[in-house]
Amino acid sequence: MARLEVTIGSMLLRNPVMTASGTFGYGTEYTDFMDLGRLGGIFVKGTTLEPRQGNDYPRMAETPSGMLNAVGLHNKGVDYFVEQIYPVIKDYDTRMIVNVSGSTVEDYVACTEKLVGLEKIPAIELNISCPNVKEGGMAFGTTCASAAQVTRAVRRVYPGTLIVKLSPNVTDIAEIARSVEAEGADSVSLVNTFLGMAIDAESRRPKLSTVTGGLSGPCIKPIALRMVWQVFHAVNIPVIGMGGICNWEDAIEFILAGATAIQVGTCNFIDPSVSVKIVEGIEAYLQRHNIASVTDLVGAMETA
Amino acid sequence: MKQLDFTVRSNDKLNDQNHLLKVVPSDNEQLPEMLPGQFVQILVENAQHTFLRRPISINNIVPERNEIWLLVQSVGEGTQKLCEMAVGGRLNMLVPLGNSFTIPSNPGSYLLVGGGVGTAPLLFLGKKLHERGIACDFLLGGASEKNILQRSDFTAYGTLYCTTEDGSLGEKGYVTHHPVLQHKKYDFIFTCGPKPMMVAVARYAHERGIVCEASLENLMACGFGACLCCVEKTTRGNLCACTEGPVFDINELTWLD
Ligand SMILES: Cc1cc2nc3c(=O)[nH]c(=O)nc-3n(C[C@H](O)[C@H](O)[C@H](O)COP(=O)(O)OP(=O)(O)OC[C@H]3O[C@@H](n4cnc5c(N)ncnc54)[C@H](O)[C@@H]3O)c2cc1C
Ligand SMILES: Cc1cc2nc3c(=O)[nH]c(=O)nc-3n(C[C@H](O)[C@H](O)[C@H](O)COP(=O)(O)O)c2cc1C
Ligand code: FES
Repeated sequence: MARLEVTIGSMLLRNPVMTASGTFGYGTEYTDFMDLGRLGGIFVKGTTLEPRQGNDYPRMAETPSGMLNAVGLHNKGVDYFVEQIYPVIKDYDTRMIVNVSGSTVEDYVACTEKLVGLEKIPAIELNISCPNVKEGGMAFGTTCASAAQVTRAVRRVYPGTLIVKLSPNVTDIAEIARSVEAEGADSVSLVNTFLGMAIDAESRRPKLSTVTGGLSGPCIKPIALRMVWQVFHAVNIPVIGMGGICNWEDAIEFILAGATAIQVGTCNFIDPSVSVKIVEGIEAYLQRHNIASVTDLVGAMETA
Repeated sequence: MKQLDFTVRSNDKLNDQNHLLKVVPSDNEQLPEMLPGQFVQILVENAQHTFLRRPISINNIVPERNEIWLLVQSVGEGTQKLCEMAVGGRLNMLVPLGNSFTIPSNPGSYLLVGGGVGTAPLLFLGKKLHERGIACDFLLGGASEKNILQRSDFTAYGTLYCTTEDGSLGEKGYVTHHPVLQHKKYDFIFTCGPKPMMVAVARYAHERGIVCEASLENLMACGFGACLCCVEKTTRGNLCACTEGPVFDINELTWLD
């Protein structure tokens, strides 16, 4: 049997397949469709210090092989998470990781502090890359100085595994990755959505209430893959890759490019059990190629 | 909720835009319980530009035949592919999704108002009311006679009133101009159709203190509460039309403000 376990920070995952924040709710939405215990982990929806109503409708536009969203961090706040959601999801037989978002450094710190004592939350993912909020969000992920600043502040209060989620809307993602690694991030995850837009030609109006939004799905995969490869060569911490992963071949591509683990996002909407199929596909691939452990494949793309 | 493969048992063209598909679970699995107002999310295969699933209302359930009816209007590539489905073809669907119309236990008079393909969920609702021994009136509107679909199915469950914009069937004009609204007193109104129509119906109901529920057709990505894309502004904040809806009490919506 090939080994599927991988380690991110101090967190051991049963396999490298996880689900991306904002596309998997709190996991509860998917229990009718699959056994969550088959997954390496679940990144729950973006959580902020205060409740947020998100953006106005319409928040979604379909594009060729993808979608634009402008959800805008709609969530009930971290207190609601701790009191109402955590007791329900804490017994899921998989790793539960909270995706933390904020408008100010203080927001990130205060939100994180409320998660510190939760024993079934082994890691947090700092979202410094949301393109759909006016202040904060992506702004933190677009310069090395601000990305470093927020990572440093959270690292001070958070002893668990700290994953920083990078924005692809930058000129050089590798330098941002290095700057958060230097501040003690245990891992970087990438990519968040690409800033995009769509217009209804008939009405001449934008298709999103916010005009611009975040592009995700298979249409971003080649760019995401390139970024994962660049970051893998720039840092010494594990990289978690995502962007349009819809099947095991996509997942293997990300792993070969340097991802220790992957997240499945938008494709969960199309096939809610796709992530389990990806686990099975990776397992079969390893067996077929006689590979002892999935970690042997990380960054193993052959260019010679 | 279940993710199941279905086989198309029949595909009838009702007019140049609308098809009625009757589908059964491919492996003969028993259909889960479904309620009027609920919908399905259909994976459209072999479409070039269709990436997400397509939400379609449950038009009818025939338990004896383990059959779901889907009334589809071809408006773009996804729905066109569905209308072109061959008998024996396969469809992967998430079933059933969403909440349902409230079927009140107290007796009263019921009016079901639909426009365009928005008549789809009202047939199943009318059937359920009929099964409970509740007589209801249907008021359906369309551009022309050929757009008022499934007329004989509707008349099996209640009295049918129609309006057409060109006057080719029933009263000429919009549903809200139909004289039955002046002559009869209703206790409950359920509506589905184009938003301006539903807003006019909601206004009519609100002014008379009639309980009214509307089924919305917001853009959806997942259809089961995971993406938060389909929100409707309500008195309880932004709610997901796919899980808290698609059916809402009109007093919860902000349409009449
Ligand atoms: C809960 C719910 C129930 C529905 N029930 C039915 C039904 O029973 N029968 C039926 O034919 N249609 C129904 N619809 C509408 C149907 O989902 C859309 O017409 C379909 O998704 C359009 O896909 P397309 O690829 O054909 O068109 P696209 O190429 O995606 O779009 C073409 C045009 O269709 C319209 N459209 C797109 N998506 C929607 C949408 N979600 N709602 C309304 N209009 C849309 C827009 O004007 C768009 O410009 C329902 C929608 C919802 C949300
Ligand atoms: C509807 C939607 C909501 C999202 N919400 C969040 C979020 O709250 N926090 C976050 O870090 N990323 C969020 N994302 C980004 C995804 O987690 C992921 O990074 C991105 O979609 C790329 O992966 P994909 O192409 O597989 O979807 C969201 C994406 C979508 C489509
Ligand atoms: S469509 Fe995804 S939450 Fe409603």
